[in-house]
Amino acid sequence: MDATTRPLARARPLAPRWLGRMEALWPFLLLGMAGLCLPLLDDSYLGVIATRACIYWVLVSALNLVVGFAGQIAIGWVALLTLGAYVTSVLTAGTAIPALPPYLALAIAAVSGAIFGVIVGLPALRLRTFYFAMTTLGFATIVTQVALAWRGVTGGGIGVPGPVFPEPFDSRWGFYYFCFGIAAVCTWMTANIAASRFGRALVAIRDAEVAAEAAGISKPSLLMIVFLFSGAVAAVAGGLFASLQTYITPDAFTFDLSVLFFIAILIGGRGSILGPLLGTILLTVLPEFAAPLVAWSTFLYAALLLVIVLAMPGGIAEMLDFRNRRPLEQHREIAPRTDVLPRVLARSGERAALTLQGISLSFGGVRAVDTLDLTIHPGEVHGLIGPNGSGKTTTLNVISGYYAPQSGQVLLGAEALPQRAPQRRAGHRIARTFQTPRLIGGASVLENVMIGGTIAGRGSFVESLLSLPRHRRDEAALNEAAMLALTTVGLEQLASVRADRLQHSELRFMEIARALMLSPTFLLLDEPAAGLSAEEIRRLGALIVAISRQGTGVLLVEHHADLIFDICDRITVLNLGKVLAAGTPAEVRSHREVVNAYLGA
Amino acid sequence: MLESIISYGLAVGAVYALIGITYNVMFTASRVFSFTAGMVGMLGGVLGALFINRLGLPVWVGFPLTLAAGAVIGVITEIITVRPVLKSIEQHLYVLSTLAFALMIQQFTAIEWSTESQPFPRLIDIGPGLLDQQFWLPVLACGAVIVGLELLYRHTLIGHAFLAIAEDNYAARALGLPEQSLRMMSYALAGMIAVLAGFAGGEILLAFFGNGPMLNFYGFVPVALGGMGSNRGAVVGGIALGLFQQAANFLFGGIFASVAVFVVFIIVLLARPEGLAGAVAVRRV
Repeated sequence: MDATTRPLARARPLAPRWLGRMEALWPFLLLGMAGLCLPLLDDSYLGVIATRACIYWVLVSALNLVVGFAGQIAIGWVALLTLGAYVTSVLTAGTAIPALPPYLALAIAAVSGAIFGVIVGLPALRLRTFYFAMTTLGFATIVTQVALAWRGVTGGGIGVPGPVFPEPFDSRWGFYYFCFGIAAVCTWMTANIAASRFGRALVAIRDAEVAAEAAGISKPSLLMIVFLFSGAVAAVAGGLFASLQTYITPDAFTFDLSVLFFIAILIGGRGSILGPLLGTILLTVLPEFAAPLVAWSTFLYAALLLVIVLAMPGGIAEMLDFRNRRPLEQHREIAPRTDVLPRVLARSGERAALTLQGISLSFGGVRAVDTLDLTIHPGEVHGLIGPNGSGKTTTLNVISGYYAPQSGQVLLGAEALPQRAPQRRAGHRIARTFQTPRLIGGASVLENVMIGGTIAGRGSFVESLLSLPRHRRDEAALNEAAMLALTTVGLEQLASVRADRLQHSELRFMEIARALMLSPTFLLLDEPAAGLSAEEIRRLGALIVAISRQGTGVLLVEHHADLIFDICDRITVLNLGKVLAAGTPAEVRSHREVVNAYLGA
Repeated sequence: MLESIISYGLAVGAVYALIGITYNVMFTASRVFSFTAGMVGMLGGVLGALFINRLGLPVWVGFPLTLAAGAVIGVITEIITVRPVLKSIEQHLYVLSTLAFALMIQQFTAIEWSTESQPFPRLIDIGPGLLDQQFWLPVLACGAVIVGLELLYRHTLIGHAFLAIAEDNYAARALGLPEQSLRMMSYALAGMIAVLAGFAGGEILLAFFGNGPMLNFYGFVPVALGGMGSNRGAVVGGIALGLFQQAANFLFGGIFASVAVFVVFIIVLLARPEGLAGAVAVRRV
């Protein structure tokens, strides 16, 4: 018993995180101070530029979740700025209906922005990147055309006056503080999202969609929320923009603006808040101080984008990421701590078996799996071996819902699991790893592992946005669980390191830690020993056995015959999609055909 | 009215079809969609007006020069924006790199040429009405490109090599095909087809820097709906789009036409993301 009560080796998670917070916070505090003190300079031209930068950042901060975090190439986002500007202006000017007060008009603009954000974003759920980029472009063109043509309401080419906000926001610096305040709130909200399970899930969708699905993340609902939020905020920015312009015509909303928003994010760096903030300030301010550049500004932005994409995909954020340039210890050892396992995998009572009944699946003319029957019992390690192309990984993909079998079914106890629904496996606590580790390279190891526990969170998107208590409880719990899982697999020392700096073998263990976050009843491992040293394989074997002894059923797809025969309770040998032999290691080892084909003895 | 719908529709549709073919030629060579398709199309009109109107060169010099410029830009596109990001094509960085390059072309044109529409020269004057160059030249160009590509793909060794690369990149390389230079040639060819589109449609579209995004979108619609890589889909879709757009334009006004095209585009793609004639790709985990 003292094994579990013994204090954990190191890495009390709170201290380094708190320190990391401070380290990440000071640039924002500096910028905030500078922003607050700006009116002291009493330069009205500077005031206009600063107000514009604030307004742009309001839009970019929320678009950042779409482009920088979720990786959706929304290049026509100026459409929502236009929409918000016109809705606010038209409602306060009273060209269509009796004039409304500006705050109400701004709120209505936000609602319409949210609706159109979802409409523009909808295609992202089905379409590939370039297609989606095109649809946002097309939408941007149409909004401008409608603004031009709908003369009775928008004033057509003549335009419509922008809203004027009541005291104290009607003076130049008053309006500046209004915009600055909204920008600060947006920064805070999006930073909250970035540090929440939603922000991590968005990045997971971008970089490792398959792993995100296995962790139970639903791409459609998550993206819809983000498009809704981003559309609403963009429309608010539009209302502010119209007020700053005092008078708006369709000419004010050129595609160049869209380019500016989009490029500010990419120059700043995907998955960062500070980077795009600096990018926005840079792109807004720079042309103002280099007058000859104004005509060439969009050309230069585009050239900058090209350079960033080709030479520095990480953007400003990566340049500023000093922490991850410190060298890592050279000779690292992965030392799993199986004594911690009982705290990760709570033992529960009676557990059902996972059964495959008559599964068949063909790709074209090839029968990948042919009427396969297989039962994985809780608390056992079940090995699945066979030559390349015998259907091992296909079987695993059928169980985890990526492939729908043409016949047969997968049962958990007596319940049939839904087909073609990988994101619903996590709810049944079926976890898996992948043949090539699916990592989120730019995120820390800890964050990668926390992805695995996404569905355990209880707080809603809005609670995370406003950092309400339930969100903070979720984060604390996820953080602790992830540290525990990392300790179990022996990687707790690397928790704060960027995942793409890890060695291959460490990534394999990281994936197991991520799978453990579900406290799985069944764990599917796809060649976890590939690329590991002999000693690492031995430790992996001990870890797998220890996991199974907590009551978890493990399906192990592997080529290392030694590992399979050492640790498995049952083995199934596949050949051409059919079961060649099945039984205990001893039975399989003496099976004539198996011996001939694989063991070569 | 019907006559002008059909004559304008066919002409504009032929330009869309050519831009669609441009997308296809680049896509089959590299699995890359490039934002430069419409931009280089726009350049066809601008360069034609530059060489023939502004510099006063004869047509038989100005036209080949325009084609050569298209080929050069195609090759530059391949070297700068496509080749460096092909290694990790699953990250879709080409969307950003080609967008950046396309924007650079557009801005450069706006500043160095003009932000106003400029007239495009009349090259061959054989008569009014349907004999007007602006109606038959795009259709002729489109027909010539289709016949030319057909001959190239079916009857020349290099055409077979193009098809091999398109069918299976790895296998083609394993056979010893010079994949890189073939890809460069494909991009040169695509650049020539794009400037041809802009050149042939110059009188209707004028030499205007803002044509780029418009051609990008309306050239992409038929390809997306017809299925990527299908030239037949691009031509049928492009002509249909041109006729529909002109009909809607005459009957209900331009805004309705744009909105209608956009809505149809979105709805069809949401229902069938692979296009009306495309095949569903099997997902690999």
